[in-house]
Amino acid sequence: MAITYGTGVPESKATSSEEFDRRLRRRRRSEFIFACLGLLATSVGLFALAILVIDLAMTGLQRLDVSFFTNYPSRRAGQAGILSAWVGSLLVTIVTGLVGVPLGVSAAIYLEEYAPTNWMTNIIEINVSNLAGVPSIVYGLLALGLFIYGFGTGRSILTAGLTLGLLILPIIIVATREALRAVPSSLREAAYGVGATQWQVTKDHVLPAAMPGVLTGVIIGISRALGETAPLVTIGALSFIAFLPPSPITLEFPFISFAWLFEGFTVLPIQAFNWVSRPGHDFQTNAAAAGLVLLAITLLLNGVAIYFRYRLRKRLQW
Amino acid sequence: MASGLSEAVYRRQRLRERFIEGGLFLAAASSVFVTLAIVFVLVYESIGFFTTVPLTEFLFGTTWSPLFANPEYGILPLLGGTLLSSAVAMAFVAPIGLATAIYLSEFSSSRTREIVKPILELLSGVPTVVYGFFALLFVTPALQKIVPGLPGFNILSAGIVIGIMIIPYVASLSEDAMRAVPGSLRDGSLALGATRFETAIKVVLPAATSGVAAAFILGISRAVGETMIVAIAAGTQPNLTIDPREPAATITAYIVQVALGDLPHASLAYQTIFAAGLVLLLMTLMFNILGFWLRRKYREIY
Repeated sequence: MAITYGTGVPESKATSSEEFDRRLRRRRRSEFIFACLGLLATSVGLFALAILVIDLAMTGLQRLDVSFFTNYPSRRAGQAGILSAWVGSLLVTIVTGLVGVPLGVSAAIYLEEYAPTNWMTNIIEINVSNLAGVPSIVYGLLALGLFIYGFGTGRSILTAGLTLGLLILPIIIVATREALRAVPSSLREAAYGVGATQWQVTKDHVLPAAMPGVLTGVIIGISRALGETAPLVTIGALSFIAFLPPSPITLEFPFISFAWLFEGFTVLPIQAFNWVSRPGHDFQTNAAAAGLVLLAITLLLNGVAIYFRYRLRKRLQW
Repeated sequence: MASGLSEAVYRRQRLRERFIEGGLFLAAASSVFVTLAIVFVLVYESIGFFTTVPLTEFLFGTTWSPLFANPEYGILPLLGGTLLSSAVAMAFVAPIGLATAIYLSEFSSSRTREIVKPILELLSGVPTVVYGFFALLFVTPALQKIVPGLPGFNILSAGIVIGIMIIPYVASLSEDAMRAVPGSLRDGSLALGATRFETAIKVVLPAATSGVAAAFILGISRAVGETMIVAIAAGTQPNLTIDPREPAATITAYIVQVALGDLPHASLAYQTIFAAGLVLLLMTLMFNILGFWLRRKYREIY
């Protein structure tokens, strides 16, 4: 070793340390440049969201007054409103929730608490993760072929609710399973220890503990259903509906009516889609206003869900 | 031991338990029925379609004009539109999503990450019809100032906005994969004198490759299935092109266009949307299976 270095040692040490310093400076510089680029890239997403909201607000905010919410769509852009659209969205969402939430939560409970490890469970699990990736318009084709021409439910609120209920099924299953998995097994064991049955353990202890997580999933699912356009276009949601479905509450016996389920309908995203594809600046203003209402609702719901999740993580220190 | 009365109670309780378990199983199995129903409906209507139109014409024909007097049924223009808009979206989101993921996972403070990640995830909550509006009436006019002669409907603008939409899928899932890399690997690299950037690129990223790839593939799958953005901003004219500045219909946009009109049930034109839907389903299924497999692989490593 000593022979190899010989007298050259001090000199080469000096150059290699200079070389090292120079490389270190370059490495630090490239690190700094990347940090800047990373920050820039991160802000692209944030800016895009901000620009989207601002652009929509600048175009649509002027149209948002009370009459916009209480008017039916009209041939005259200035008088058109979203009354039938928001009522339709509300009713479709109710059906969607009634279909998707019980089915999704039950499926998740089965997979997480009951299911034995066998090929059938495996198939169901793979199937759920595949369903989550099916494009929404394919659900629309399912509804067209199965509900409308198979079961004859027509182009109705019921068909729309069933379709969107199936669409949000995987979202709710995945979220509920995650929430159930986060409940510590000590809770289950304690309940079993005092003699509770499996269903009692699940219903009285595991499910309540997992409730915030389940709610988060439900909110995300509902928000997704509210914004969906494509599957409802396929089942023929109309965009010019100048009437409201019959009221669910009636004055005569039995005081409750389900006629609204079978009524034609429109929803907010369909109305916005119809307006955006029309020529003329005035209708595009309407589209922006309807889009703004839709965006406000969905972002609010998503915000609530994110807040829930955040609170959950802080509280759940089992 | 238990008295006669409680025997009866137990038996009833056991019966109830079995009943509930059966109900829960049916709910879980219903998801399988949804898949079966989707496949059945698409295949059933497609069979009707393929008895009239030969499969070779469908797969290799270069003109798609099923609603014209002299109809032709070549899926390639629609497939090309779908792949082109997805390619534009991925070209846009790949550098941004990856840099965002590396930055949030390796550079930013956990406080910044806690704030930025939820906001980015809001991007996936924006209704697609709103994105379509944004693409048509904001991004396209803005691009027209940069790209001369850009038509009002074009793949470029739709692709970029799809890219924005899938930022959360790509960035957030990649970031999850990178943070799942054990800290000991990072510490080892830093202790050897590597900078954070070198650690990120040469240690963390290779270790998280399959997770990052899965995130990208799920992003592609979303882009392929995206409907409203392309239907609003890319036009509904089938156009076999590789120039993103041109308008071109995608598979999804075609389905929307046909659904907007009122086609008679069981007509050949009605069946085309199911054949197109089947192609779409097979494409996304392929990407999803690939993504699923990759995710499972990276989960197994750590």
